[in-house]
Amino acid sequence: MKFAVIVFPGSNCDSDMFFAIQDALQEEVEYVRYDETSLEGFDGVLLPGGFSYGDYLRSGAIACFAPIMEAVKQFAIDGKPVLGVCNGFQMLLELGLLPGAMKRNDGLKFICRPVDLVVENNQTMFTSSYEKGEVISVPVAHGEGNYECDEATLATLEENNQVVFRYKEAINGSKANIAGITNEQGNVLGMMPHPERAVEKLLGSADGLRLFQSIVRNWRESHVTTS
Amino acid sequence: MYKVKVYVTLRESVLDPQGGAVKRALHTMNYSEVEEVRIGKYMELTLTNTDDVEKRIDEMCSKLLANTVIEDYRYEIEEVVPS
Repeated sequence: MKFAVIVFPGSNCDSDMFFAIQDALQEEVEYVRYDETSLEGFDGVLLPGGFSYGDYLRSGAIACFAPIMEAVKQFAIDGKPVLGVCNGFQMLLELGLLPGAMKRNDGLKFICRPVDLVVENNQTMFTSSYEKGEVISVPVAHGEGNYECDEATLATLEENNQVVFRYKEAINGSKANIAGITNEQGNVLGMMPHPERAVEKLLGSADGLRLFQSIVRNWRESHVTTS
Repeated sequence: MYKVKVYVTLRESVLDPQGGAVKRALHTMNYSEVEEVRIGKYMELTLTNTDDVEKRIDEMCSKLLANTVIEDYRYEIEEVVPS
């Protein structure tokens, strides 16, 4: 499986993502610059964390208009896996590929530490290697991770099982403690915690690795047939 | 030329954590009459003469300058005659 890590001016978790895929997951991965226009030949897209365009205006807002984003949108529409982490999640919200918006953390502080997440839905291409209800440890690092949406949107998210990860404890004011959601089709996942920073014990946790393994496993099941 | 003032604020229904912190600070300073503080953004745009200024400004606001999921916007357009 071949992954694209999209690099924007201001991305700072692109290398973490790249090496998580290359070294820990041992799959193919390439950087794709924000000013390119094609994602041909890729099977999965990763929008990394960081401060695209310096977070000027709003987190993720300006990145939506980068040339590569039309291809990312099409990739998502085609049902292929798109994962946005932290700033990448903010981009997916700004792009309208996921519902809702991000506000400053309730306590107004930048939070940077491992947190416990509850796997709410393990029936997605991103979470099938976890148990439902399993508690995993993945670090967060964000100042604007306070997920906001209206009540109707929240009801839809809950009904469709689109809430994939929830914080075990309220850390930033997010509605319903939401840490990660998918789109209705289930092929786009946005999450504030950083699974790419939890891919080996040395980093404090390897719980994030199974997210990437899930993607690969599900991709193989639908793409590789044995004769 | 046009001078456009754009104001972006969080929607009434959306809690504003920054505004809340500033309100608490004002109360500590004994300005207890302050009932609410809402923090937003103010932008000034200078435009060359163009058709449909209002329609285009409105598009700019809804597409980029404000996130209409949680924010409201308003603007004032002023025609400026260079002296």
